[in-house]
Amino acid sequence: MSYFRIFPKTNTDFIGLRKVFFIISGILMLASLTSVIFKGMNYGIDFTGGTVMQVQFQDTMDIQNIRTALTDSGIKADIQTFVGRNAFAIKVKGSQDNVNEVARNIEAALQKTNVPFNVEQTDFVGPTVGSHLAKKAVMAFVLAMAAMVIYIGFRFQNIIWGAMAVAALFHDVFLTIGVFSFLQLEVDLVIVAALLTIAGFSVNGTIVIFDRVRENIGLHPKWTIKELLNASINETLSRTIITSFTVIVATAIIYFIGGAVLKNFSFAILVGLTSGAYTTMVLVPGLVYQWTKGGNYSIGLASDESANKASGNEPRPSVKAEGEKQSSYKRKPRRNKNKQNN
Amino acid sequence: MNKLAIKWTIVIIAIFGAVALLYPSYEWYSKTTAEREKLEASGDRPKRILNLGLDLRGGSSLLLELDVSKLTGNESLNESMQRAIEIVRNRIDQYGVGEIPITRQGEKWISVQLPGIANPEQAEALIGKTAMLEFRIVKTDNEAQETINKLMELDNPFNPDGTLTEQAAALVPAGLTVMKDKQGFMVPLTDTAAVTGADLEDARVSTGEYGYPAVSFQLNGDGAKKFGNLTSANMKKDLAIILDNTVQSHPTIQARISNSGQITGRFTMEEARQLAIVLRAGALPAPVNIIEKRTIGPGLGEDSIKSGVKASIIAFIFIVVFMSIYYRFSGIIASVALVLNLLFLLALMAYFSATLTLPGIAGIILSLAMAVDANVLILERMREEKDKGQPLPLVIKEGYAKAWSAIFDSNLTTWIASLLLFQFGTGPVKGFALTLTLGLFVGVFTSVFVTRAIYDLILTANPKEISI
Repeated sequence: MSYFRIFPKTNTDFIGLRKVFFIISGILMLASLTSVIFKGMNYGIDFTGGTVMQVQFQDTMDIQNIRTALTDSGIKADIQTFVGRNAFAIKVKGSQDNVNEVARNIEAALQKTNVPFNVEQTDFVGPTVGSHLAKKAVMAFVLAMAAMVIYIGFRFQNIIWGAMAVAALFHDVFLTIGVFSFLQLEVDLVIVAALLTIAGFSVNGTIVIFDRVRENIGLHPKWTIKELLNASINETLSRTIITSFTVIVATAIIYFIGGAVLKNFSFAILVGLTSGAYTTMVLVPGLVYQWTKGGNYSIGLASDESANKASGNEPRPSVKAEGEKQSSYKRKPRRNKNKQNN
Repeated sequence: MNKLAIKWTIVIIAIFGAVALLYPSYEWYSKTTAEREKLEASGDRPKRILNLGLDLRGGSSLLLELDVSKLTGNESLNESMQRAIEIVRNRIDQYGVGEIPITRQGEKWISVQLPGIANPEQAEALIGKTAMLEFRIVKTDNEAQETINKLMELDNPFNPDGTLTEQAAALVPAGLTVMKDKQGFMVPLTDTAAVTGADLEDARVSTGEYGYPAVSFQLNGDGAKKFGNLTSANMKKDLAIILDNTVQSHPTIQARISNSGQITGRFTMEEARQLAIVLRAGALPAPVNIIEKRTIGPGLGEDSIKSGVKASIIAFIFIVVFMSIYYRFSGIIASVALVLNLLFLLALMAYFSATLTLPGIAGIILSLAMAVDANVLILERMREEKDKGQPLPLVIKEGYAKAWSAIFDSNLTTWIASLLLFQFGTGPVKGFALTLTLGLFVGVFTSVFVTRAIYDLILTANPKEISI
């Protein structure tokens, strides 16, 4: 009985390669940070306040004509073109107290081009709204992260696991932010929702690996932490690849044909999920290993040095099966001939 | 009943329940836009249906801020906000566009969603007005009746703000005026208001005759004198309670009323409460400013929905096809679970009258991704068990048992986070958290419970193998 497998059973020493991944991630994080500091973010009016008007002209229109018309009326605006639609987004950022003033001025200026147009969309965001929403979003985000650290710490008997899960999540979210900064894509509130999606998916992936480690500790009490982590990565590798592949392709479909509204949004998710697959597979286990090797090993895990001492006479707290549901497989270490140890 | 029968009963009830919950939404959206608008205007919009956010269907959304620095009196902020919202609602209702969601956001913000209005400036002007509460006597003489008949021949005798148009005003004789009531009927009234909102002190819900809810009100000293004169002079006539040029109700005067009175009628509790609020409302407690306004032309909203839906369907088909090819028969079972997942999620959203927005779609994507992951986890575990040469029933049993802890932990972690986001987030974050909270719940149900029910059913036929 052969399965259709994209990837065969593997036995790669991911932990041995951890430094490579640390370097890669270090470079990515540094690049993101550099871009955020020097290039900054292209915040949308959701955050800066201001007015955006999207218009579609009934005849071909040159962006230069629009720019001239606006400048003549004393309006300082960013203009974005929608390819193939003869449509433009005219954006005036900054504090504006009067709701319709800027929109009216833009319309008046565009009428001077003498080409008829439709106003498709107008957004006005007052100065207090953006900063308030951003503050609330950040606060909710921080609280949600803290709750996850505590829960994961509780479920895996050590706060390190929770902290590592959040480190991975931070990696994925910050890389996405970095890419948006580098490409100067606009960050609006919908992108905040995308970042939340990335965070959720990142934690999900991390927990799958942790869960496997937790199980393997029970099955192989004598293994070193390196063996445990490597086996857990390899065993969950096909899951990680299949899930990530499915979700990433689905998101890519939305990116390419989902229309303009979903473009930036699906792009953010695409970047974040790709990063999430990578952190789940190799970065988090490497971080956990690095941490435990430093002596701060967890209650539930044996470090390399203490592996022989802690050869599993007493039940380990972290192997506890949770609730009734699991008691059925609170096992009896199974004999497993074809399992690979390194 | 054995365990399998119980499982299937649950699954079948869930499916029928979901279809029943979604049917009103299906019926609603298969109507033409004109039909929907007509029903909306008459208030016959079904309650428990899936709503589309303005980012997806076009329209205008306004965010108003109550200028709390100008609040006077001893009312709490909550009471002021409640009054402000009620006043805004009254004014927008005059615009005649059916049900408008008006909700409080945060401390001092009011969100107003105006679907389908591409140019909301008229609505904005209405919101900015000062409120006017008046008591007038309803006229019933022949002159009044004739005037109404004349006005009936006009297309629309009222301006958007409830006053008579120039053409209509010319037909109304001196000493008389005409206003519309909430149903749009014309009510002939005295042309002066003897008592106004300035004379009112308070209004509360109370119990009237036969135990029906009623509204009791108190007048201040000056008002009591005026009201006493007005009511004793107009016994058995109708007293119209008017807010912003719209007659709210016109109860019959039963006795002389001076400092306090009671308005009865066969009110429901909700109607009485609203009337009390309207009476208390009077003028806005403080000025409101528009601090955010987003207008999306209906064409753009439709376009974005069309391409978004098309892309989502293709993405969904990709997942189903891929799972079925990769995991064969078991992949088909997983796909069935995914389809049910979407069905149940939309049904729940319809039940909660949730509004689907772009961030909400993000929540659905994440919950679906996690449901796919749950299936992949189970199937990969099954393959592992199969590799060990286990018999089929054990492969399935162990596959589920071993995948469960990862599914449980990852979903619960995300669920905790999404609950917090729902609690503390605003706007788009909340929209995201709502669909995610529901989606995770549904996802675990379909990808673990439903698929297991399917396998258990298949196992009763004692198959040798199921392709995984």
